[in-house]
Amino acid sequence: MDLLIQDVPTLVFVVVAVPAVLAIYIVGTEYLVRLLPDKQRPRVRPWFWVGPALLFVTAFLVLPALGTVVTSLQDHDGNFIGLVNYQRQLGDFPTGGAWIAIRNNVYWLILYTLFVLFFGLILAVLFDRVRYESIVKSFIFLPMAISSVALAVIWGFMYSYQPADAPQTGTLNFIVVNVFHQAPKTWLSDPTVNNFALIAAAIWGITGFAMVILSAALKGIPGELLEAARVDGAGELTIFRRVIFPLMMPTVVVVGTTLVIFALKAFDVVYVMTAGNFQTDVLANRMYKLLYQSDNPGGASAVAIILLIAVVPVLIFNLRQFRAVEARR
Amino acid sequence: MASVTYDHVVKRYTADVTVVKDFNVEIKDKEFMVLVGPSGCGKSTALRMLAGLEQISEGRILIGDRMVNNVAAKDRDIAMVFQSYALYPHMSVYDNMAFPLQMQHMKKSEIDTRVRNASRILGLDNFLKRKPRALSGGQRQRVALGRAIVRSPKVFLLDEPLSNLDAKLRGQTRVELQKLHRDLQTTFIYVTHDQVEAMTMGDRIAIMNAGILQQVGTPGEIYDHPANLFVAGFIGTPTMNFVPASVSDSTAKASGFEVELPKSLPSGKGTLGFRPEAVTDRVAEGSPQFEMKVDVVERLGSDQFLYGQVGGDQVTARVDPRMAVAPGDRVKLGLDTRSMHFFDAESEQALL
Repeated sequence: MDLLIQDVPTLVFVVVAVPAVLAIYIVGTEYLVRLLPDKQRPRVRPWFWVGPALLFVTAFLVLPALGTVVTSLQDHDGNFIGLVNYQRQLGDFPTGGAWIAIRNNVYWLILYTLFVLFFGLILAVLFDRVRYESIVKSFIFLPMAISSVALAVIWGFMYSYQPADAPQTGTLNFIVVNVFHQAPKTWLSDPTVNNFALIAAAIWGITGFAMVILSAALKGIPGELLEAARVDGAGELTIFRRVIFPLMMPTVVVVGTTLVIFALKAFDVVYVMTAGNFQTDVLANRMYKLLYQSDNPGGASAVAIILLIAVVPVLIFNLRQFRAVEARR
Repeated sequence: MASVTYDHVVKRYTADVTVVKDFNVEIKDKEFMVLVGPSGCGKSTALRMLAGLEQISEGRILIGDRMVNNVAAKDRDIAMVFQSYALYPHMSVYDNMAFPLQMQHMKKSEIDTRVRNASRILGLDNFLKRKPRALSGGQRQRVALGRAIVRSPKVFLLDEPLSNLDAKLRGQTRVELQKLHRDLQTTFIYVTHDQVEAMTMGDRIAIMNAGILQQVGTPGEIYDHPANLFVAGFIGTPTMNFVPASVSDSTAKASGFEVELPKSLPSGKGTLGFRPEAVTDRVAEGSPQFEMKVDVVERLGSDQFLYGQVGGDQVTARVDPRMAVAPGDRVKLGLDTRSMHFFDAESEQALL
């Protein structure tokens, strides 16, 4: 109760002061703009409006990023050591430093992106002609509502391993033992399969997202186009290849690049299921471990910058694509 | 090139929603057949069943001698022009026209010849590399036509192809389509709700209403001898005059005048019909005359239409454009009795 009463001034301050500051800012800047000659006003005014946003982005994104660059060039005590941190992460190809994580991120990038697009597209197209479309789609979309940590726990159960003579509690090993009569597999610690097991879990979680967006794009294609193609002599597969898919292409690219960024940022599933052990590490998890477990801010920053450099081309491509789509309207 | 036969065709969506009822038409090879009727009369559905885009609930459709009920749209060898044109937006004009030929796995050189030929006929030579979105409505419509004619299909289907064009372009395209039909020597089936298009373009017209075929005939037959009240009212602008009348022997008596009919009919009540051009300012000796109280005058330059009251009935007259008349005037008009129609009150069928 005391706490609540103590909070009242803060609450009042927030409710009153924040809008007041906003109002003062808008009125004040508009007043300043009016002082300028007529011709200048249209050039100056936008800057006052985007100003606050620029300020926030600078304070919370640009400056920390620059700080990360600086940290990545320092040792634990803040002494400048040049590119040593990068050398530690990128030396010893192919198994030392961050190379396992980089290799795994490439797996994620390719498999996660392609399979999610593939399944998303297939499901969108197939369910487009199903009678109970919306119900079926809701089910596929459901994993999106599960937190990734919960998702990882669920799939941890799916992949769980018991020795060959014990009853198998993991769904997958139950099938392996009872249907295929093979020895149970250690899905999460066997380096030949564990990366794929993690990626599969993540794919399950995100396919609904891809399906919903692709399905919206599919619905945007006029029915008469497909009828015209049918009359023109095209079979259903040809229609998909020559008419539907090209028209969905801009959406496929946007979803695809979004997925590439997700893949590069992959963390939660890996952290929960294997903590990056058994050669399943990814860059984001490595960064986390270096910072909080090894107390190595320089190394963590170097990994962060490597990740940033990997994402930038995708971002640029995505922005260009977005502009191209806009220009076509 | 082929004939098309609708044999007792029915289209039913659910047990009580029947949009095409017992449809029977034989369309001859190389004929220009127009299916016309108000919106929702089932004409487009009839066309779409022929195209293979709708299932046929009952009856048979034949192209030539071949029943096509269970033939997929892509195997029917028909071309269709859609109201929205349905051009592939991601393909150039050239590719749009080449698409149906590529589907037939035709040789590239042959495709090129045909596409260039069609684009020359349609005046699209300079636009082959453009995407549909960079074309005007009229040009898009030509591309849609081009995509259909490159194939030399057995039957050519057109579903309201002119309704997205402005009035002037529509008039031009109407003429060009007729020329195209003459040059291509192919069966055309043309769906429209516009009776002017039907009258000007069709070798024969099939008129539909509420899913039922009303009458099939040449434009002349349908204009001069409408089979029932609906056809009489649908074809012709301004619409035919309808006045309630009672008949005894061969005399029809309306509220404002009496007419001698060319033959005697069973006594009773019905609707007397006569076109506006039968009501003129030329009063002939011996033919019925009446006085009209003019409400509205429409001057079209070549014609002058008067809308007004004769007795208790609304009548439209077509008079000499030089006749000086103003709303509110009372004018003396004569009736040309050579083309009178009389429709049964119950069945609405033409008795005359």
